[in-house]
Amino acid sequence: MAVLTEEQSMLRDAAKSWVQEKSPVTAFRKMRDSGAELGYDVAAWNEMAEMGWAGVIVPEEYGGSNFGYLSLGLVLEELGRTLTASPLIASGLGAASALILGGSEEQKQAWLPKIADGSAVAALAIDEGPHHRPEKVDAKVEGGKLSGKKVFVLEGMAADLFVVSAKSGGAIELYLVKADAAGVSRSKLSLADSRGAANVTFENVAVSDADKLTGGAALLDKVLDRARAGLSAEMLGAALQAFEVTLDYLKTRVQFGQVIGSFQALQHRAAKMFTELELSRSAVEAALTAIDNDAPDTAELVSLAKAKMGDTFHLVSNEMVQMHGGIGMTDAHDAGFYLKRARAAEAAFGNQAFHRDRYARIQGY
Amino acid sequence: MADFGGTDLEAFRAEVRSWVEANFPASLKGKPNPMAREERGSEPTPDQEAWRKAVGAKGWGTPTWPAEYGGGGLSGAQARIVQGEFARAGAYNPIGGMGVMMFGPTLLEYGTEAQKQEHIPPICRGEIAWCQGFSEPGAGSDLASLQTKAEDKGDHFVINGQKIWTSGAQWADWCFCLVRTDTSKKHEGISFVLFTMHQPGVEVRPIPLIAGSSPFCETFFTDARAEKKDLVGPLNGGWTIAKRLLQHERSGLTGAGGGLGSGGKPIEVLAKEYVGLDDQGRLADHDLRTRLVTNAMNMRAFQQTAVRAMVEAKGNASPSSATSIMKNAGTQLIQERHEMALEIMGHQGLGWEGDAFKADELAAVRGWLFGKAFTIFGGSQEVQSNIVSKRILGLPDLTQAK
Ligand SMILES: Cc1cc2nc3c(=O)[nH]c(=O)nc-3n(C[C@H](O)[C@H](O)[C@H](O)COP(=O)(O)OP(=O)(O)OC[C@H]3O[C@@H](n4cnc5c(N)ncnc54)[C@H](O)[C@@H]3O)c2cc1C
Repeated sequence: MAVLTEEQSMLRDAAKSWVQEKSPVTAFRKMRDSGAELGYDVAAWNEMAEMGWAGVIVPEEYGGSNFGYLSLGLVLEELGRTLTASPLIASGLGAASALILGGSEEQKQAWLPKIADGSAVAALAIDEGPHHRPEKVDAKVEGGKLSGKKVFVLEGMAADLFVVSAKSGGAIELYLVKADAAGVSRSKLSLADSRGAANVTFENVAVSDADKLTGGAALLDKVLDRARAGLSAEMLGAALQAFEVTLDYLKTRVQFGQVIGSFQALQHRAAKMFTELELSRSAVEAALTAIDNDAPDTAELVSLAKAKMGDTFHLVSNEMVQMHGGIGMTDAHDAGFYLKRARAAEAAFGNQAFHRDRYARIQGY
Repeated sequence: MADFGGTDLEAFRAEVRSWVEANFPASLKGKPNPMAREERGSEPTPDQEAWRKAVGAKGWGTPTWPAEYGGGGLSGAQARIVQGEFARAGAYNPIGGMGVMMFGPTLLEYGTEAQKQEHIPPICRGEIAWCQGFSEPGAGSDLASLQTKAEDKGDHFVINGQKIWTSGAQWADWCFCLVRTDTSKKHEGISFVLFTMHQPGVEVRPIPLIAGSSPFCETFFTDARAEKKDLVGPLNGGWTIAKRLLQHERSGLTGAGGGLGSGGKPIEVLAKEYVGLDDQGRLADHDLRTRLVTNAMNMRAFQQTAVRAMVEAKGNASPSSATSIMKNAGTQLIQERHEMALEIMGHQGLGWEGDAFKADELAAVRGWLFGKAFTIFGGSQEVQSNIVSKRILGLPDLTQAK
């Protein structure tokens, strides 16, 4: 674990106790069973916002606390443990980063305070096909009209504002588009992990220079890296919890007159998972720290974190089911939630293959 | 009919062919067996009923079983001809289920004459559905630790306890069940009994799985009744029979197909569609390509092993040692394929329901989730590995695991 400042420790402890009290996995189950339209519990999100978590990376002059990405990662890790569903990654991390890094003063004034206090939800509308290929953009702006189709937009149903990638004069740009603008339509996706997502269509939506962020493709890359690192922190929390629940089961489930954790076949696999989790934590913390320091090797560290964390969560989520035996296959057990969340998180913002390829490219091979 | 000569077999083939032509309803051509999906939602159609009755009367649904109990009484070669002619006509075998796959062969081996006369013919006619009352919440891998109790009441047993994973229990007519008849011993205190599911002391609750609703149930027995005549084998001698039955179960579980398991396209085809090719005709995602081809090659070696095991089994008296590795090898390959299918479909491979996803995309997700059970049931991956390391490789056993 990274050495934390006092503020960071307090933030993490607050998140830990809130999650335990207010948002255990049973809360996620309830949300799923209720078929919540937005894919999260609005009341819980409001509480999170009240505690300031939507504004952790937002500068103080726009209503945030400016604690940085490692700090936000601590919160996300705690939320990830119990699979707490919320627009924090889409809004308080992804879209907020886009505004902080590429927004004009007016744009920041208009949106950051609302994002920071949770009164507005913003979402990244980037992907257009079944895979994360942010450089492939067919959406375009011509004659002041934005048209295109975006898929798998996380929190797309809840969003008041979209940060949309589109080509203008052949170059990728990011635009701010209000969800209630004429020409915007969205349809809810019902996903295996029960989180909120939508396909969003933009048809001749009026945009002007005032809606454009500054920075183009390089800005998009930076924004995505922040979302990837934050998501990796959430995945770390989820994988840790999945591991700990499994470890508990190894210590309690008895077969053949002994706890199953006494079988070396399982012990060594538990040790392997623990090893992978330790390696993953290092990668995730390094990526978040690099972002806070605006380090030149941020991109490769983020790809390392997302790929490593993806592999680890993949492993642990599979083992959680396998080591629980039949009970892990039942919907009444939580193992399935972690398994489903793992694959959705792996795919979001680039899967392991994507980030291995990106890492190799950055390294020049 | 011990004649393996060509002429008799050809005559038999002609007989089967004309019988199938005369009896197989054209409306069912190419249709799946309605019993195969254990979720029997709707009543069978008149044509389905007619086909079941016709095949049942011939005994050809259980072709090699003895004719005196309603089986076909055919040789292996003749049975293959029946199978081949059914396939040629696009006909399914309407006789199936746990009665055919596991219980029937076991009862034929261990049952009394009266038990065989009573229970085998309805299986051959496809009239009775059986379910397997083996696993319990506390007795999975260690099946012999089962606690469901049967008390001797003179002419019958009274059964109390809980089973889990009773596949198809909500549709089953009868249950073959392992019960404890002696609490002072472990393996030697287990008996194998049969009883009807249509009685007040039996309650069945389907188990929702991570993949959605399922044919698997929790089954509760509260003073349920089994007749003494339905005790198979000696009192407290059920474990030997159970082990034999599990062998029949496992031999049915080892086959690994090349497809998705959900009847979808092969993943190589999916990969080309979803990921695309580079300018040299290779999958554009080279990372995926390497993993895909590794799996494809292992799948090929797996199929080669299946063939080799079959050939060796014919040549030798004892089964080939290759068979012991088949379940783990096959299930791992299928699970890898499930994972890659999801990865190939990307965001489209994360859907739960709704028309934003194609039917085969949703099927891939459900198939992936259900496929996680392949390494758990029928002897978990770990239990299979224990069998290989202890029984085949002769490594010492430091646990009580049997
Ligand atoms: C979908 C599904 C369908 C099923 N259908 C049927 C059915 O029709 N009839 C029926 O009777 N049962 C059925 N089962 C039950 C199945 O046989 C059991 O789930 C299985 O035997 C494992 O038992 P368990 O679930 O209690 O897990 P446990 O035995 O508690 O195992 C938990 C974990 O410990 C591991 N483990 C256990 N012992 C050892 C050991 N000695 N060394 C190393 N690792 C070990 C296991 O492999 C597993 O990973 C079904 C199960 C599922 C999931």
